[in-house]
Amino acid sequence: MSLPLPWPFDRGYMQLALASGLAVGACAPLIGTFLVQKRLSLMGDGIGHMAFAGVAAGLLIGVSPLWTALLVAVAGAVTIEWLRLHRRASGDLALAVFFYTGIAAGVVLTGLAGSLNSGVLTYLFGSVLTVSPSDALSICVLGVLIVGAVAAIWRALFAVAMDEEAARVAGLPVDALSLGLAALTAVTVVAAMRVVGVLLVAALMVLPVGSAQRVARSFGATLRWAVVIGMGSVVAGLSLARAASLAPGGTIVLVAAGAFVATAAVDLGRRRGRPA
Amino acid sequence: MTGPEPLLEVGDVAFSYGRHQVLDGVSMAVGPGEFVALAGSNGSGKSTLVRVALGLSEPQAGEVRLFGVRPAQLKDRWRVGYVPQRPVVVDQLPATVEEVVASGCVARRGWARRPRREDAGRVERALEVVALTELRRTPIVELSGGQQQRAFIARALASDPELLVLDEPIAGVDADSQSRFRDALVTRCHTDGVAVLLVSHELGAVEDDLDRIILLRGGAVVFDGPPADLTAEGVSLGVHHHDLPMWLEHPR
Repeated sequence: MSLPLPWPFDRGYMQLALASGLAVGACAPLIGTFLVQKRLSLMGDGIGHMAFAGVAAGLLIGVSPLWTALLVAVAGAVTIEWLRLHRRASGDLALAVFFYTGIAAGVVLTGLAGSLNSGVLTYLFGSVLTVSPSDALSICVLGVLIVGAVAAIWRALFAVAMDEEAARVAGLPVDALSLGLAALTAVTVVAAMRVVGVLLVAALMVLPVGSAQRVARSFGATLRWAVVIGMGSVVAGLSLARAASLAPGGTIVLVAAGAFVATAAVDLGRRRGRPA
Repeated sequence: MTGPEPLLEVGDVAFSYGRHQVLDGVSMAVGPGEFVALAGSNGSGKSTLVRVALGLSEPQAGEVRLFGVRPAQLKDRWRVGYVPQRPVVVDQLPATVEEVVASGCVARRGWARRPRREDAGRVERALEVVALTELRRTPIVELSGGQQQRAFIARALASDPELLVLDEPIAGVDADSQSRFRDALVTRCHTDGVAVLLVSHELGAVEDDLDRIILLRGGAVVFDGPPADLTAEGVSLGVHHHDLPMWLEHPR
């Protein structure tokens, strides 16, 4: 059954793709705004690679890859953040270690499962046009949880992301908030796997934020613009993908990249026009 | 001992990074409403002492008391306002001055709670004290270094602290901002009764307002008393004379 929506969302599978995509298009930039501020833009990428190991493990043991990916991604993200917080490793070193370990584990587990099957490719590159109603529901529920959590604690996350030391002296639970943000990042990555794939999930966390930073003049406006640009990229990307028979995940990210280039050009023009 | 209980008390504290002894038997205190400067040459242990005093680093020996308890046990952390050395401003951070200052209220009201009317009042007052009210909606990255530093001081003031600790807040700041900075500190200290611990070796701007100066050299306190006692020894605090830095290196 499909809703009476205009082209290109007139078909049921496009409506499921739209619902899943909008949920991811809203929550990925929300989380990404804090990661960019903490100079952890590549965190989504590192967690994506760990989620890939979780997907491969799920396919190997016959359990839903969504849940094994969620388990592995949350555990990995929390461990990376714990290492960074306790100065056991710098942020980028901790990310690199987990990044490569995750992808290597994914390759080995996929090999153990028999061969590089299409199930794995679905999660690597995304396959938003084949999401089932239950997948779409799971993604939307995760999206609502993420948006709700950020709406409740964004001011505290902002204070920590801006100045961890001052936040600690002020009495904010810096460790708990940082680990919570890491866990929310992992949930976002898993929610976005079917939409853009683990290889591109970080792009939806970073590119809309980069665009929003060019047009917004406050942190609150950056959050709102990032969500609008993320969701807009999903709608435009899905439309283009259907019109020209393109891969939807890659097209969504290319639209987000186009928005980044456009806003950067506008910002550059504005700065040049400003008196020195 | 008579008089009010110190807000901050450090007793015989020792701290080292590996084999490098940074603090060696340091004792000091800051009482309610006092304006105290902590000075010393580079590497004398000023910033480490501040970190230990605030509970950010654990001393290997000695004792620290903040509001009468160990720093880790202090529940109302908002009673301490802190301006770290060179706060990081992300190049593209589009946060406004007001958003940065308001982030100083989050811990006091509870980190998951929405701002209340009294928070807006605190932010308003903090902006007034540092003379940034007119720039409240300006992105912080568009401010000069001195204005940014004043915004971070306002953030520390926004929780209405009883003790304000500032680590090298005026290093590299222009003369106008130094003057406004001095006015802001004096207002909070002498009018509102907020105790101030100012870590700096540029004390010329606040020379006449200080109650005490504590001097560190080689991780130990070499002077703790009113500025008059120091100037009686012929040491000037004026930033242009460079007398204090010279004295710290080669005491007469």
